[in-house]
Amino acid sequence: MNPSDERVPDLLKRALGPVADAGLKRDLWPRMRARLDRPAIRLPWWDWALAAAVLLCLILFPAAIPAVLYQF
Amino acid sequence: MELLEEFARGDAEAFEALFRQFQGEVYGWIVRIVRDPGAAEDLTVETFWRVYRARSRFDPRRGFGPWARRIATNLALDHLSTRRNETSLEDGFQPPCSPPDPALAADVREKVAAAFTRLPVKLRAAATLAMIEETPYGEIADALGISIGTVKSRVFRAVRLLRGDLQRMGVEP
Repeated sequence: MNPSDERVPDLLKRALGPVADAGLKRDLWPRMRARLDRPAIRLPWWDWALAAAVLLCLILFPAAIPAVLYQF
Repeated sequence: MELLEEFARGDAEAFEALFRQFQGEVYGWIVRIVRDPGAAEDLTVETFWRVYRARSRFDPRRGFGPWARRIATNLALDHLSTRRNETSLEDGFQPPCSPPDPALAADVREKVAAAFTRLPVKLRAAATLAMIEETPYGEIADALGISIGTVKSRVFRAVRLLRGDLQRMGVEP
C-alpha cells in the first residue's frame, strides 16, 4: 500500500469522526404501530386494465419497446 | 426461540416484543451508515415493516438480529443512493453525528467530506463502517452479505479513490 494510502483512514476519521451517539432517543413502537395500521394502497381496477392493455400492446408490437423505454 | 417461531407464524405480540428488543440495535447500525439520526429513525421503522411483511420467510434457527441487520443495511444503502442523487455534495454529512478533530483545518474537513460523499455507495458504506466506526470486518461482511475479502477490497478501493480525489483538490493525505 502506498504510504499516503495508509494516512487516508486517519484523515477520514479526524475529518468526519465516528457517530457520537448511536443510541435511540425514543421508543419507535408508536410509529411502527401507525405504519402497521395504515391501510394498504389498493389500485383501482382501471389502473390494472390500463397496465394490461400496455402489456398487451408490447406483446403484439414488440418494435414499440425501445420507444417506450426511451420515455424513461 | 419460541418468540421467533411465534413471530414467524404471524403473532403480532411476538413482533412487538422483537421490535422493542431490537429497535435500538437496528437504529444504531443504520445511523452509523447514514450518519443522520432522523433518517435512521425512518429507516428503522421501514426495516421492521419489511421484516413484518417477510415474516413467513423468516427462519427462526438463523436468528432475528442478523436478518434484521441485513435488511437494514440494504435500506441504508438505498437511502444513501437516493440522497446522493438528491442533495449537493456540501450537504453530505449531518454535523450532530460527527464531531471532527478541531486541529484539522475547516477547508480540509470539507474537502474530505466532499470526497467521501462522491464515493460509490457500496464503497462508502464499507469505508464508513471499517475506517470511521472501526466495525470488525466480519460484522460488516455479514451485514452486507459479502465475504470479508470483498469488504477489504471495497475499503482498499475506497482509500485509493479518496486519495486520488483529495490530491486533485490539493489535499495531500
